[in-house]
Amino acid sequence: MFARVSEADFSQQALYDELCLNNQASQSGAVVTFTGRVRDYNAEGAIDGIELEYYPGMTESALQQLLAQATTRFGLTNAGIVHRVGRLPNQAQIVWVGTCAAHRQDAFSAASYIMDMLKQSVPIWKKEWAGDTSTWVAAKGTDNEAAMRWLTDDKDD
Amino acid sequence: MMKVKLFAQIREVTGTESLEMAVPDDATIEGVRQALMAKGPQWQQALSANVLCACNQTLCDGTMVVSEQDEVAFFPPVTGG
Repeated sequence: MFARVSEADFSQQALYDELCLNNQASQSGAVVTFTGRVRDYNAEGAIDGIELEYYPGMTESALQQLLAQATTRFGLTNAGIVHRVGRLPNQAQIVWVGTCAAHRQDAFSAASYIMDMLKQSVPIWKKEWAGDTSTWVAAKGTDNEAAMRWLTDDKDD
Repeated sequence: MMKVKLFAQIREVTGTESLEMAVPDDATIEGVRQALMAKGPQWQQALSANVLCACNQTLCDGTMVVSEQDEVAFFPPVTGG
């Protein structure tokens, strides 16, 4: 498992190769990867990129913890997260999640779970730039609902 | 002295990234938040909204008892991903 916070861009191929290294297809027949990118607009109009702030130390451990939870919940054979911070232009890659499982359903569900829970529990904050003005992004109700669905499932288990 | 860290809007509005403060023996996170809010209108504004808190880099609620050895942080709801 690997969880990283980085200012530098990443290569999806390199991360996929790292995820699959020493992870035979006999155990990990399914690999799902997700990449999030910077949209060039928000509800008000065009934007000129974003800036991401984080809590050094806590952010990395929250990402590690999230991978451990997903591994237990979905029986993953490996998983990784890379989240970028700092100033990012439109179209740039922001986040990458990779999950390995014996079968595809667990790998898909785990990737979805990691993204939903990341948006709820990992200390990272996003600011949008438009020209010289910047606005902090408000937490979305729909993100909260997405995370709550998994937590409600826990109670039903 | 207890270390306090502030992030995102809270850091910007207060103009403060981190500070050290003395706390009484039975201090709670909520008590720390109230003490910070008494520092002025910016502090009041920044910390009266929906604020999350962490103690030693783990999310917690306001009832958590803290001591001078702890690192406490206040921040807005997270928006990564």
